[in-house]
Amino acid sequence: MAQRQSFQIGTGLFILLGFAALGYLATQTTSVANFSQGDSYDLKARFTNVGQLKLRAPVKIAGVRVGSVASVVLEPDKLDALVTLSIDKRFNKIPDDSAAAVFTSGLLGDQYVALQPGGSPDMFKNGDEVILTQSSMQLEELIGKYLVGNGDAAKNAGDKAAGTDKPAAKP
Amino acid sequence: MSSVRKPSYLLDGVAQVGACSLFLLQILKAVPASLRHIRETVRQVWFVGAMSLTIIMTCGLFVGMVLGLQLYYVLSIFGGTAALGTVVSLSLYRELGPVVTALLFAGRAGTSITAEIGLMRATDQIAAMEMMAVDPLAYVIAPRFIAGLIAMPMLACVFNALGIFGAHLVGVSWLGLDNGTFWSNMTSSVDVWKDVINGVWKSVAFGAVCTLIATFQGYTTAPTSEGVAYATTRTVVFSSIATLALDFVMTAFLM
Amino acid sequence: MSSEPQATIAGNAASPDPLIRVRGLSTVLNGKTIFDKVDLDIPRGRITAVMGPSGTGKTTLMRHITGQLAPDAGEVWVDGQNVVKLDRAALFALREKIGYLFQNSALLTDFSVFENVAFPLRQHLGLPEVIVRNLVLTKLQAVGLRGAAGLMPHELSGGMMRRVALARAIVRDPMLIIYDEPFVGLDPIALNQILKLIRTLNDTLGITSILVAHELAAISRIADSIFLLAGGRIAAHGTPEQLAKGETPWTKQFFTGAADGPVPFQYPAPDYATQLGLAGAGA
Repeated sequence: MAQRQSFQIGTGLFILLGFAALGYLATQTTSVANFSQGDSYDLKARFTNVGQLKLRAPVKIAGVRVGSVASVVLEPDKLDALVTLSIDKRFNKIPDDSAAAVFTSGLLGDQYVALQPGGSPDMFKNGDEVILTQSSMQLEELIGKYLVGNGDAAKNAGDKAAGTDKPAAKP
Repeated sequence: MSSVRKPSYLLDGVAQVGACSLFLLQILKAVPASLRHIRETVRQVWFVGAMSLTIIMTCGLFVGMVLGLQLYYVLSIFGGTAALGTVVSLSLYRELGPVVTALLFAGRAGTSITAEIGLMRATDQIAAMEMMAVDPLAYVIAPRFIAGLIAMPMLACVFNALGIFGAHLVGVSWLGLDNGTFWSNMTSSVDVWKDVINGVWKSVAFGAVCTLIATFQGYTTAPTSEGVAYATTRTVVFSSIATLALDFVMTAFLM
Repeated sequence: MSSEPQATIAGNAASPDPLIRVRGLSTVLNGKTIFDKVDLDIPRGRITAVMGPSGTGKTTLMRHITGQLAPDAGEVWVDGQNVVKLDRAALFALREKIGYLFQNSALLTDFSVFENVAFPLRQHLGLPEVIVRNLVLTKLQAVGLRGAAGLMPHELSGGMMRRVALARAIVRDPMLIIYDEPFVGLDPIALNQILKLIRTLNDTLGITSILVAHELAAISRIADSIFLLAGGRIAAHGTPEQLAKGETPWTKQFFTGAADGPVPFQYPAPDYATQLGLAGAGA
């Protein structure tokens, strides 16, 4: 009997060790460590071009990660990219006139969504839409336009930012 | 050994795969009955899992340290040593953890399963169980199969954790990488579901394949000493091949 | 059972309701004919010995009787059931009533002597621990190994292992015990004990016993009747005394141990002189 119990205890310890290792890997070495995916609220944003923006790409304010991209889909009628941003509940004081932009970290790095805080007294709530958006800068386009002419490039860059004033109905 | 016949390796191979698949069906059919022998399953988790911990932990540590050294060198060429934690953890979670654990498991636990069942066959213990109206599939085979399914992901997780520790040891303590950079880069680019849990699924599949092959080889061995020796060798060879082939298929589908 | 062509050889007129009735049994293993239309009856409550030269399929016959191996043709009736046709569940139900003593004892190496004997009880009957304990100790006492209950199989000698296996075979009070080569490797003292045990079990519990063995002297002391298997058939059948006086070449060779007879000592080979190159040397 004593022997039987000893291996049962050993097996139990082994299983616990396995789960502890899994728990450690899952929580301490992954994005979960920075960010709990459970408590979050969603914002929507339309972009004319999201470039290489991927699922789970970070959403940052002032360079600090506050959430991630939950989905990127094409709106069939407007042919815009509709991006859902999942923001951590902790960051619930973002003014509702803040602007969203797709930026690239470094020259060739991954793309992320940056939120530039506005000055409105009202805050974003779950399901709100970010009205002011700025699409991704395509490096190839910029280089192409630079080669064609400085003036054009500046003008086109302005055009690209036209999405900024695009009106969109609030839900 | 079996009687002399014309060797046809292709047909033999196909027949082995077929017999092995049918054996899997038999095991699955015996699983409900084996739940009565839950204590035997616990015992097998101990033998198959806990007894393999030493080798898994040692190897995990060394693999992590080697990865730390090698990748630090490679990354320093691109000036990207900050990504060491990321690269080590991703390669461990997605690939090396499950695969190396499965290969070690085949060598440590798979062989002992084959040898044990083979000897039970050779000494008529399997036949004796049959004669005592105890289904050896439910009493001997299924508990080991279930134990393999449980133990393999556990071992792979322990392997990964030790690997990260080893890489941290080399990268941060020896080569002077910044501790915060190491962890923050890792945590920002490793995903729980895509990387950690996918790796766990892989190791569950490897656990099934390795224990299936080990039990099959043991159960169908020629009941002689040469037969058992031969079956043990085949367990390692077939488990390794099957693990790596399955790894490719699963990677292609899970990516 | 309409066809009984060889009843004269196999027949056991004394027993109208045999425990085991084999009819037209034919088996081919690895291209070698083991049985060729064998008929035999084994009566209830007796000790029946099955003898024969090595490789004549004595153990194979036992495997047919217990349903471990299906014959190519024929019927094997055990206690009114045709083993050949039984499904796995029915076969297991039948085997619960059969004790089988394996040639190499086949004790489970992971378990102590006590747990080995308790194994059939634990697997099939949800008995309270006290009853299991008492049953096991009773059977171990019967084979004289109550004191060894705590030992592991690898700590036992061959004779002790055989006795533990015997205790395990009888722990559920079976209707039939099959002893496969129970005397091999036993010293005279252990042999005597085993013989006495077999006889006692048979007489006190009314168990039917089948003995597979070569040891003529030992068998003659306890067997009620003997089947002599040779060449895929039953070469002779009768009480030990009848067979000892038997006139057929099979019995004569077997009982005298002569090298020449129906069972060749030499494995089939080309002519000796020719193979040594002597045949043509003189010319």
